[in-house]
Amino acid sequence: MRKNWIKKTSAAVLGLILTGSLLAGCGSGSGTAAQGADEPQAQETEAEAAGTEAADAAENENAGFRTLEEIQASGKITIGVFSDKSPFGYVDENGEYQGYDVYFGNRIAQDLGVELEYVSTEAASRIEYLQTGKVDIILANFTVTPERAEEVDFALPYMNVALGVVSHNDRVITDLSQITADDQVIVISGTTAETYLTKNNPEIKLQKFDTYATAKSAFENGTGVAWANDNTEVIAFAAENEGYTVGIDSLGSADTIAPAVTKGNETLLNWLNEEIVKLGEEKFFHADYEATLVDTYGPEFEETLVVEGGGQAAAPAQN
Amino acid sequence: MQALGIDVLFKGINMQRLLGGLWISLRISLIAVAFSIVLGLVVGVLMAGDNPVIKAVTRVYLEIVRVMPQMVLLFIVFFGTTRVFGWNIEAEIASIIVFTFWGTAEMADLVRGALISIPRHQYESAAALGMEEGQIYRRIIIPQTLRRLIPLSINLVTRMIKTTSLAMMIGVVEVLKVGQQIIEANRKSSPHAAFGVYACVFLLYFAACWPISMFSRYLERKWS
Repeated sequence: MRKNWIKKTSAAVLGLILTGSLLAGCGSGSGTAAQGADEPQAQETEAEAAGTEAADAAENENAGFRTLEEIQASGKITIGVFSDKSPFGYVDENGEYQGYDVYFGNRIAQDLGVELEYVSTEAASRIEYLQTGKVDIILANFTVTPERAEEVDFALPYMNVALGVVSHNDRVITDLSQITADDQVIVISGTTAETYLTKNNPEIKLQKFDTYATAKSAFENGTGVAWANDNTEVIAFAAENEGYTVGIDSLGSADTIAPAVTKGNETLLNWLNEEIVKLGEEKFFHADYEATLVDTYGPEFEETLVVEGGGQAAAPAQN
Repeated sequence: MQALGIDVLFKGINMQRLLGGLWISLRISLIAVAFSIVLGLVVGVLMAGDNPVIKAVTRVYLEIVRVMPQMVLLFIVFFGTTRVFGWNIEAEIASIIVFTFWGTAEMADLVRGALISIPRHQYESAAALGMEEGQIYRRIIIPQTLRRLIPLSINLVTRMIKTTSLAMMIGVVEVLKVGQQIIEANRKSSPHAAFGVYACVFLLYFAACWPISMFSRYLERKWS
């Protein structure tokens, strides 16, 4: 017994020390990221100063970005995208990046007049890439949330995401009030759809599933009258499977997807905002939708999903 | 064949991309292995020595490597160094550093284990025959140590090759990531492509690791 206790305690202490040092390593960054390989001396002095600058860390956390001028002078922009999230960011059979986000990324590089390098990012590392200045822009289907907005700066949005409800063709649910006390609605545990319905419509009986696949087969077997999920998911489901209609395509607080830059990188942020407004005049994102998303979502959801010229950012958020 | 997703492997340059991804995996792991073996031999000999300070330091090093997931090490080296020191280390170099850091520790422990497994009386018998220290090591200890090391270190090498898939978290597009890209890009046209693509990735890893296993068998037989 006694030996066991000692073992456990020492393991816990070791764990604590390691976690502590890890947090220190990740959290205390004073953001002196390299501004480019051509300034080795500046980097060195910055690195030396890093220790003493710890007090300013909060203010100076994201100093590692490149301004618009620096990007143009270097002749190359680095954009972080998904490489395995079709149809937003993926790599086709010829090894080329494709998708809704990539279509926009290509245009950004073209209008800046610089070369383009895509970096394959994972959902979990998107913020880290920006905070360390390893990419200039993240265009990885990045949903704007208040928590994220504290870590990075979002430009104007270029796409909408909301919840959607798909139902069987013989009884299309176009409003949540059509759901009676006997009906059940299918959701996937842990999704925003579950959170939203539990909070705002507690009277609706939910049937919860852990995975997309189980929810899908339950819905196909008629377990629920409707299935609530991200609208992109239910729209794609209805498009791929016969006999289903998306009766509600935008439910709950409409979130948006926007490009993100390192916090404080105002020159690049302003340029991006102007670019998005300017592209609105030529209906760029509608063309983007028609080139990349129409196969998955069909033409009828173009207006639901596309945000042109950052437009809806100014409109009051719908509840 | 379409149901199993074999066809997507031959679409466009997909096969080439998978092989390119394998090359990146192998490049990272083999460079790291080369460094690990050299450094591991040195550290391992130090660990088997009598100096208590060196013993304590290497012990702490080994425990850190054992406890810390490789993924955390990758994030520390790739993102952490940029935040703290402003170094902009390339993703592939960062992976090589992490895998070398890890491989050296494990290799050193294997070397230490192999060294102390040689019974004391072998040293004493050799000394009794009038050999000098250098001779004892060259003719008696090192050959036996190497023989004991081979199966163990081959194990480590193949493990390192397979673990390179973690490098995708810091943006290295290696063979497994290419596989996932291919699966996802064809989600609509061949929903079951995952089977064919993962089977292919399995065969590629096998093709990379099998020769190494064969080589170790050859060495074991030759030196026995």
